[in-house]
Amino acid sequence: MPITRRAFLKSSGGAAAATLAAPYIWPRGAWAQSTVKVGILHSLTGTIAIAEASVVDAEKLAIEEINASGGVNGRKIEVIVEDGASDWPTFAEKARKLLDRDKVAAIMGCYTSASRKATLPVVERSKGLLYYPTYYEGLEMSPNIMYTAQEATQSVIAAVNWLAQNKGKSFYLIGSDYIWPRTTNKIAKPTIEKAGGKVLGEDYIPLGNVEFASVINKIKAQKPEVILSTVVGGSNVAFYKQLQAAGLNGKNQALLALAVSEEEASGIGTENLEGFLSCMGYFQSLKGSPNEKFVKAFKAKYGANRVVGDTLECGYISVYLWKMAAEKAKSFEVPAVVAASSELEIDAPEGKVKFHKANHHLWKHARIGAFRKDGQIEMIYESPLIEPNPFPKI
Amino acid sequence: MSLDIVVMQAFNGLSLFTVLALMALGLAIVFGLMGVINMAHGELMAMGAYTTYLTAVIFERFMPGLLGIYLLVAIVLAFAVTFLFGLALERSFIRFLYNRPLDTMLATWGLSLILQQTFRSLFGPREVGVPSPQWLSGAWQPSPGLSIPLSRLFIIGLTVLVGLALYALLYRTRWGLRIRAVTQNRAMSGAVGIDTARVDAMTFAIGSGLAGIAGSALTMLASTGPVTGQQYIVDTFIVVVFGGVESLLGTFSAAFMIAQMQSWLEFTMTGSMAKATILLCVIVALYFRPAGLFALKVRR
Repeated sequence: MPITRRAFLKSSGGAAAATLAAPYIWPRGAWAQSTVKVGILHSLTGTIAIAEASVVDAEKLAIEEINASGGVNGRKIEVIVEDGASDWPTFAEKARKLLDRDKVAAIMGCYTSASRKATLPVVERSKGLLYYPTYYEGLEMSPNIMYTAQEATQSVIAAVNWLAQNKGKSFYLIGSDYIWPRTTNKIAKPTIEKAGGKVLGEDYIPLGNVEFASVINKIKAQKPEVILSTVVGGSNVAFYKQLQAAGLNGKNQALLALAVSEEEASGIGTENLEGFLSCMGYFQSLKGSPNEKFVKAFKAKYGANRVVGDTLECGYISVYLWKMAAEKAKSFEVPAVVAASSELEIDAPEGKVKFHKANHHLWKHARIGAFRKDGQIEMIYESPLIEPNPFPKI
Repeated sequence: MSLDIVVMQAFNGLSLFTVLALMALGLAIVFGLMGVINMAHGELMAMGAYTTYLTAVIFERFMPGLLGIYLLVAIVLAFAVTFLFGLALERSFIRFLYNRPLDTMLATWGLSLILQQTFRSLFGPREVGVPSPQWLSGAWQPSPGLSIPLSRLFIIGLTVLVGLALYALLYRTRWGLRIRAVTQNRAMSGAVGIDTARVDAMTFAIGSGLAGIAGSALTMLASTGPVTGQQYIVDTFIVVVFGGVESLLGTFSAAFMIAQMQSWLEFTMTGSMAKATILLCVIVALYFRPAGLFALKVRR
């Protein structure tokens, strides 16, 4: 049928009338009221997917659990997953889409600091709310971001003090060459000196580097009592394999990594990791019923051989923290949720943690553990709750 | 600096040389012969690495007693898999792009992205664990302060073997003669009756197979994941371009020079600075010798 002008006017007029009439026919917004939208924005493809893709699983699990128990403020969560594709402009673009088009109440998202920095201006401009579940270097406090993992002072200071007391006073710092390791070591160095130790060497290798032989020789020449590693990603596999091949292992050398969790263990090879130390806010092997329940639910949903690490757990509690704040505020409005988050306490798998009064970060434990043969981490030391301090004076 | 450290550093340089040479050989003959800039070379290495992983898994499940020798089987399998893949790739894809270097670059780069995502979908985004056989883990200690990693010794041996085999193939067989003839003058080779299309397909397949061997051997030193190839590709290209794109001798000497520089620079400065310094030296060298260290003198 050819569309005549009259037919077009008629039909579009009809549609317009129906749109106008809609609010009077149905009670206002009844359909929208039954759900509340939450966005998930992580890299499912690209280089960073290695660390980020599994966080999505944890966040979806939390959302599923919340929906099963009645939702938030009586509304079920409708989840919208977007792929940041390991590309920072894509993160900004997808955040804009989630906030402006989908009108999500909150976003759970980002892993690398670069992706967060790209997303930050978008979230601030659209007055949205982002929950960021990755340990990071600090030096940031956006009114529109809640930081649910450790900032640098919460892990490195506790780790250095413990190492100086228990493992030795001479340190060798090695890290990947970008902002997080460099900032972390900037905090580590004065802390080491304050603890009476000294830094024998400091080394940065390019991201993705897989050749560590010379660095390992340098370490051997200096004979440090402790190696403090901020190496990230695939480089770690090469680092530990080559340490092992060079005769340095968990029995004869103290090494503490700030960015190696249980999730990396199988790729690195558990035989190469055994005995080395890790400092995180959460280990899968933690005792206590909230954690046992979380691990059990995660494995039931995704498979018995899946492993849970720090970032996964932080993603999981991010959703719950948002739910609790929204219920406390009895609203999904961002300013109300942020205000309600102040000093909000949660009984998390990692233990009781709570938001700081003002700075949007969580009070957290620093935990140190040693890798076991099965790739799990056995906790050796647990700090008391540490106040978050994203802008430390060094 | 003690003598032990000097010896170990010298060994590191040697080891890195063989690693770089192993990675670059396959690319060098493909690049040199066909002028195809194969951006997916790294992914072919990753394919070799994943073949090694699958072999390890199969050995663990069905014949755990033979796990000690799985690596030798895996290297052969990795060669076979990437060889066949390379052959199929050349016939179905690359051959339509000859004499269009920019298009090949884009097309093979796209291919590398497709392969990466395929690995990610098949094996998951995380690195998989490839076990080292018992006889390859640990170090040989001729004196108390000195330890030479066995896995690196193994790679040195493998590279020597692969290098000799390649030499024999290129300079001692009929096939090699044809390959060299086509490299030097394609039109004339065709005129005297060499089937250049077949030579192309074969060479590309051999180049891919060499990538597979390299990927398989390097699982002993580094990671096996979807983006593993990206960790090697830059170094590989630097070696090939620096050495002169049509000369195996050039590839070997470039690998040797870069390896020695890298291992000593890394010892004296931070890793990032070492890398930057090497790149600077390569740029300066290429400024004065644009065709690389060893350029074939060929009439075009």
